[in-house]
Amino acid sequence: MIATALLLILVGLFAGVAGAILGLGGGIIITPVLTLAMGLDIKYAIGASIIAVIATSSGSTVAYLRDEVLNLRIAMFLEIATTVGAIFGALLTGILNPAYLYVLFGLLLLFSCWNMIRKLRMGTELNETVKADKIAEKLNLNGSYFDKAELKTVDYNVKNVPGGFSVMFGAGLASGLLGIGSGAFKVMAMDTVMHMPLKPSSATSNLMMGVTAAASATVYFFNGSILPQIAVPLALGILVGAVIGSRVMQVLPARVIRMIFVPVIFYIGLQMLFKGFGVNI
Amino acid sequence: MAQKTKEQSKEAMASVEILIGRILQGGVFISAAILALGLLLFLINQSGGYPAGQHPQTILTILSGVVAFKPFAIMMLGLFCLILTPVLRVVVSIYAFAKEHDTQYVVITTIVLIILVISFVIGYF
Repeated sequence: MIATALLLILVGLFAGVAGAILGLGGGIIITPVLTLAMGLDIKYAIGASIIAVIATSSGSTVAYLRDEVLNLRIAMFLEIATTVGAIFGALLTGILNPAYLYVLFGLLLLFSCWNMIRKLRMGTELNETVKADKIAEKLNLNGSYFDKAELKTVDYNVKNVPGGFSVMFGAGLASGLLGIGSGAFKVMAMDTVMHMPLKPSSATSNLMMGVTAAASATVYFFNGSILPQIAVPLALGILVGAVIGSRVMQVLPARVIRMIFVPVIFYIGLQMLFKGFGVNI
Repeated sequence: MAQKTKEQSKEAMASVEILIGRILQGGVFISAAILALGLLLFLINQSGGYPAGQHPQTILTILSGVVAFKPFAIMMLGLFCLILTPVLRVVVSIYAFAKEHDTQYVVITTIVLIILVISFVIGYF
């Protein structure tokens, strides 16, 4: 019993560090460990990963007393799209064929992956100048943050707000309908569609993930899918891991974060695409 | 003069942000403490306090289990507190935007909170 708890704490620690750096929920690490390595029913694995997402989000929000990297306005504005999407997704379960969605979202992620590789090759990480669009200015979405790797304050504009809003709606739809962590889509909406720098994208995604997951967590909590003996040691490990991860994220160069991001996104995208065709990898 | 008031409001904003940071850290810390206590009891007792394969799922059974000091009940309470921390984040953000006199974002964040409450209600029933 103690050995299992310790193992889960360690898995959580790792998932928390990785999740906080990338702005992803850590479900891609936790679900395979729970289902494949520990033989847990997928129902309980999903319940545990919902808790994992919240723990990653909350752990990384409290790493700093004042988080100056995340963009609270973008988070709250886009959160409307995500939460409404999540509720729609939950209501549409059984009506929409998930296979099409898996293919669609898989392709979107692969596109985002290709786009990230292009950004890496062009080397335009922070010196990209983006002309803010009218909506971004009206909603006061443009921001700035102090980059601890470059040791300078980075001012940034965002563009294509309606596009980002739509992708966020899709991210919510996916998490409500397919129960998959929508962190990858959130980072994509901000980084690829809205041209926001990667670090604020990741930090903002982290905050939003927690809020979106909280919206669906009560369903799992009250229907018994959350096993305390699994979720609690995981959550404790993740909380500590996420505090560490969000501190590491701030000092890592954005380029390095992107390099870690590309294979992860590629893997998730491919996995979804295959799932759409009925193949589980 | 104008410079000075701007500076002062910036300082006031910083203190609001620090207060919010402390509230959030408090919320997460309390959840973590309950989780750790529950896990420790579970490992010491070698039992969750419920028949095999069962754990409390309703607010009532969780609370009565917590009073009886049952490990699984305390762990579920900790998880519930953890689920509430992002909600706390949204609530304190409304306060922060109100302090900044940013009506637009007080409205936007309140909408997020309302959607959250709706989904909580859907989840419970």
